[in-house]
Amino acid sequence: MTLELSGITKSVGGRMHIHRTDLTLQPGSMNVLLGPTLAGKTTLMRLMAGLDKPSQGRVIWNGTDVTDQRVQDRKVAMVYQQFINYPSMKVYDNIASPLRLMGVDREEVDRRVRETADMMRLTPMLDRKPLELSGGQQQRCALARALVKGAGLVLLDEPLANLDYKLREELRAEIPRIFEESGAIFVYATTEPEEALLLGGNTATLWEGRVTQVGPTPSVYRAPQDATTARVFSDPPMNFKKVSIKAGRAGIHSAQWDTGDLPDGDYLAGFRPAHLSLSETPGAVPLSAMLETTEITGARTFLHLRHGDDRWVGLVDGVHDRDHGAQMTVWLDPSHVYLFKTDGQLARTAPYAAAA
Amino acid sequence: MAAVAESKGRGAALVMVLYLLFLMLPIYWLLNMSLKTNREILGVFSLWPQNPTLDNYRTILTDPSWYMGYVNSLTYVVLNTAISIAVALPAAYAFSRYRFLGDKHLFFWLLTNRMAPAAVFALPFFQLYSSIGLFDTHIAVALAHCLFNVPLAVWILEGFMSGVPREIDETAYVDGYSFPRFFVRIFMPLIASGIGVAAFFCFMFSWVELLLSRTLTSVDAKPIAATMTRTVSASGLDWGVLAAAGILTIIPGALVIWFVRNYIAKGFALGRV
Repeated sequence: MTLELSGITKSVGGRMHIHRTDLTLQPGSMNVLLGPTLAGKTTLMRLMAGLDKPSQGRVIWNGTDVTDQRVQDRKVAMVYQQFINYPSMKVYDNIASPLRLMGVDREEVDRRVRETADMMRLTPMLDRKPLELSGGQQQRCALARALVKGAGLVLLDEPLANLDYKLREELRAEIPRIFEESGAIFVYATTEPEEALLLGGNTATLWEGRVTQVGPTPSVYRAPQDATTARVFSDPPMNFKKVSIKAGRAGIHSAQWDTGDLPDGDYLAGFRPAHLSLSETPGAVPLSAMLETTEITGARTFLHLRHGDDRWVGLVDGVHDRDHGAQMTVWLDPSHVYLFKTDGQLARTAPYAAAA
Repeated sequence: MAAVAESKGRGAALVMVLYLLFLMLPIYWLLNMSLKTNREILGVFSLWPQNPTLDNYRTILTDPSWYMGYVNSLTYVVLNTAISIAVALPAAYAFSRYRFLGDKHLFFWLLTNRMAPAAVFALPFFQLYSSIGLFDTHIAVALAHCLFNVPLAVWILEGFMSGVPREIDETAYVDGYSFPRFFVRIFMPLIASGIGVAAFFCFMFSWVELLLSRTLTSVDAKPIAATMTRTVSASGLDWGVLAAAGILTIIPGALVIWFVRNYIAKGFALGRV
């Protein structure tokens, strides 16, 4: 079971929502669509489901062109960010409804509903109406309905975004397990890089209607092909600084480091917030920045810094309550620095990532 | 302080009582008359019937020329409500879910239908129905009332439908529901209260409308309101029977209001009607 998007585009009212995209989802794979809001995750997903027709290109499922097929015949499953169930039916009937539509006989329906409900821990709630459940249970009911029919393609559109923190953690831990058991192609849209990393599998990063990179999640994270992907796949977003390289050395003011055999010229240096440090580490270079604000989240501190015209975010361990507006020195290990060409293409991956 | 509050409460209660009296007086007087004989109505001033009698009601319920009026009215009202809802449901769904050329204008134009007085349409309907042989049938009145009721029902239902997230439709399609099946099994239960409210307004309009129903009927489909007005000149004036007919005319409307009372506020709250 393979889903292939071949030369897909989608424009609405003259505006491009999805630029030309080729994407192949392998059988039994977990695929994460990662991108900020309005990046086109949902649009892409609706094209996969058949809820919208692409303006150009074909959708191919198992070698068959299904572009013009009705959504009812696609045999896909979809879960929305909002908890969408049929409010007038009991949880049992909610889960049973796709099976009944497929004409499965009564005993088989009952067996599969109970099995799925058990997997989603909904067994005690089968006789209730969806609106009598908690948010997490409602979403589990929606997931159960999506999984029960054994669809080959399961689309999850930010399924955890509307849940509170605790429930989100809980369900997020369950999704890989559910995925393992189902054997279907999962497509999971999210805005959060952390979620993509936790889910593993493959990640396609999206930015303004373009798929910027596709690949195994850890490698997309470690070796982004361009600055946009790096920005999307980093939370808080990656910090950037223009640097020029002369004779194999890059410099931000007095801080200089070797860049190997890159040709001379202007580059964009990028580094993740977690790689800024308040104390000197071996090989790190010092950078002077003005502290604008701090956000303290329990054991970690977000430092909002201004370096010349650039705004940076640093994420450091421990609680650091510094004076706002003060100049401070932060340390950056050059082995954590990505270098991008001025057009955004990756010039040199960060040495630490290349080694990993 | 307590005294002030108490007198304030008493003042409010007084206003309320006066208001209710004002509202209920005509209805009470109708009921009062319906239980009296003509002699008492015309002869003496009495706040309640001195010799209560049900003769007036007996007259109506046993004389076909009276009770057929109710049967006729109810027939075309129910027909009209059914047609209006059946037509308005898909129309409202289209307005709520699809964007098409001129949808907003069309939606507003629907309402303008209600701005013209019924009298404007009486003549064309009369001529049209006479020429195609629909004159003096129940369906004629039911169809004529659709002119006013379909837009109203579309307007109300659209509000309720727009309150249902589009994702429910899509989830149903993804699950494999065909459109008709989804509409009946999933969607209609969700907007049941909207259907109730729309049906109520259709029922009430059709029930109280007099001009069109009287113009388009003569004998076979004569509505009760027409029966009442036509008896005025028959043989003097039978006050008691007329009053009883009036009370019986209020009852169906009151019953319907009783059943949908919880939903009407919702219908108004959605900014429609």
